[in-house]
Amino acid sequence: MATGRRYRGGLVDLGTGLISREIFVNEEIYAEELDRVFTRAWLFVGHESQISKPGDYVVSCMGEESVILCRDREERVHVFLNSCRHRGMKVCRYDEGNTPVFTCPYHGWSYATDGKLVGVPYFREAYHGKLDRSQFGLVEVAQLATYKGSVWATWDPKAPGFLEYLGEFRRYLDLTLDGWDGRDGGTEVLGGVQKWLIPCNWKFPAENFSGDSYHNISHRSVDMVGIGPSGSGRRDTRERLIARRLQICFPERGHQTGLYVLPKDQPTPPAYQQSPVVSEYFRHCEEERRRRRGEWGRVTGSPGEVFPNTALHPRQPRTFAVWHPRGPHQTEVWRWYLVDSDSPPEVKDFLRQYYIRYSGPAGLTEQDDMENWNYAHAASRGTIARRYPYTYEQGMGFEVESYEWDGLRLPGSVLDITEAKSSEHNLRNLYRRWAEFMDAASWDELATWRTPAP
Amino acid sequence: MSDHRDDVAHLLLQQEIQSFLYQEAELLDERRYEEWLALLDEDVRYWMPMRRNVKFGELEREFTREGRDVNWFDEGKETLTRRVQQILTGVHWAEEPLSRICHMVSNVQILDVKPSAAAPSEVTTKSRFLIYRNRVETETDILVGKREDVLHRVDGQWKIRRRKIVLDQNVLQVKNLTFFF
Repeated sequence: MATGRRYRGGLVDLGTGLISREIFVNEEIYAEELDRVFTRAWLFVGHESQISKPGDYVVSCMGEESVILCRDREERVHVFLNSCRHRGMKVCRYDEGNTPVFTCPYHGWSYATDGKLVGVPYFREAYHGKLDRSQFGLVEVAQLATYKGSVWATWDPKAPGFLEYLGEFRRYLDLTLDGWDGRDGGTEVLGGVQKWLIPCNWKFPAENFSGDSYHNISHRSVDMVGIGPSGSGRRDTRERLIARRLQICFPERGHQTGLYVLPKDQPTPPAYQQSPVVSEYFRHCEEERRRRRGEWGRVTGSPGEVFPNTALHPRQPRTFAVWHPRGPHQTEVWRWYLVDSDSPPEVKDFLRQYYIRYSGPAGLTEQDDMENWNYAHAASRGTIARRYPYTYEQGMGFEVESYEWDGLRLPGSVLDITEAKSSEHNLRNLYRRWAEFMDAASWDELATWRTPAP
Repeated sequence: MSDHRDDVAHLLLQQEIQSFLYQEAELLDERRYEEWLALLDEDVRYWMPMRRNVKFGELEREFTREGRDVNWFDEGKETLTRRVQQILTGVHWAEEPLSRICHMVSNVQILDVKPSAAAPSEVTTKSRFLIYRNRVETETDILVGKREDVLHRVDGQWKIRRRKIVLDQNVLQVKNLTFFF
């Protein structure tokens, strides 16, 4: 699908920091990005703890399309397109469960949990025994990866493997997936995936989580009333007074995150002070993390994004959010919340309650985000409005490639916003990669790290 | 004769509970949020589960669990009070300008009364709601579902001790839940 549009240096001009509103509201561009971005990138599908036993399944989404994430009888994890090969009916309309087969309600074709077509009504009579059933199993993703419990997939057989796709961003993703005490993995998702619709293009929340530290002002009402885990504000923020505050991104990959780095030899300030048990749990975990991770234990994350549409937050609230496109003007959000698997029930319960009052459609903080994305999008659709690009020039040229502070080197392209308060470094990175996906004919052009620049 | 007195007591209680629920809706729609908060018991539980599509025979998995899972709401008076305070800051952009909200409450049933309809101190009641929200210009949402409330009488005044809200949706069709059910 070539529309003749140019994205790099065109609609997405990172030389000037100007990005056309068309990429948010234009129907043709939307159709093109479903093809160019969502069929080629790695997408977050779910978490292994949702399908712990053979036969367990949950329905998920990749882009606009429904998929089934399941564990087969041999315990292998699969992701299938949720559509019968005969006439397209959804073979699974339950959100989750356990089953030996997925049986299509329409004509009764049935598929095993490894995707094989195992049942065709009147196979001998109507098909005269001739249908090659081996050719009509459920459509399976080209590649699937499980990483510390999280499950990712891509439709593109030529995409690099998931760890190569992550590159050095892996260390930052680990901040969300590792136990808070620094143990590898060790997180689980709480029961219940929040799913809701918001009337805006999916890139509004994607850029917000990529590192829009400028929008703090929009959450003033929450800061005034106080929902934070230490009884005020909306998060624990005492480390901000002593830490370096960074925006970090990977230009070749499109991933980015915010980060706090504490000074050497300085303990993490107390947090979660509303509950002595929770506060003590995290104090203990911080100590353990320093012991296990050494200098890296000084790092704590803030919102980030794995390109293109998976948001993460390692800390408050600890979460994955996926922004599923639903047409140019609508997004369906799916939200998973994480806790340390072996944390005491009181800690899990405290965090669960905090997560719900912070995030999601009923979250005191995020309600205002949805309002802003809604009306920013709505007011950008007009013929006149589309003529005026958004500006993303904040902090342009202030990034450094080999950042080190107080004895700790941090991988990635780093912009230190401790004094600057904010930059749009990470937002530019999201759109840089998005534009590359939109321009590139295939992964040969996208895996730029494989061919070093001359 | 005593049967007749029971019937009358039930009718009066039905009327009293309906009036209470209508008055509550009036306070919310008239944006008298602090008066509404006063109707909630200090230990109130306010719970709205999410709903899954599950196979016939597995309906026990339909709802996310109170106190265990992620829910749309699962909170007490402290958080509800914060919600009210947030609206009253005047800078809670999701409710500024304020939405126009209309609560329709119907199908009020008394499921249980303790110790008796003639001298009730605790009532379990179920009702239907239809909440209409219109905001800014043309933005309109309609949410429909059921509520199950436990009310108890404190100093002659009914208070809400527990509210379970069952929304008849799977994927939530509204961008946010800035209002009360």
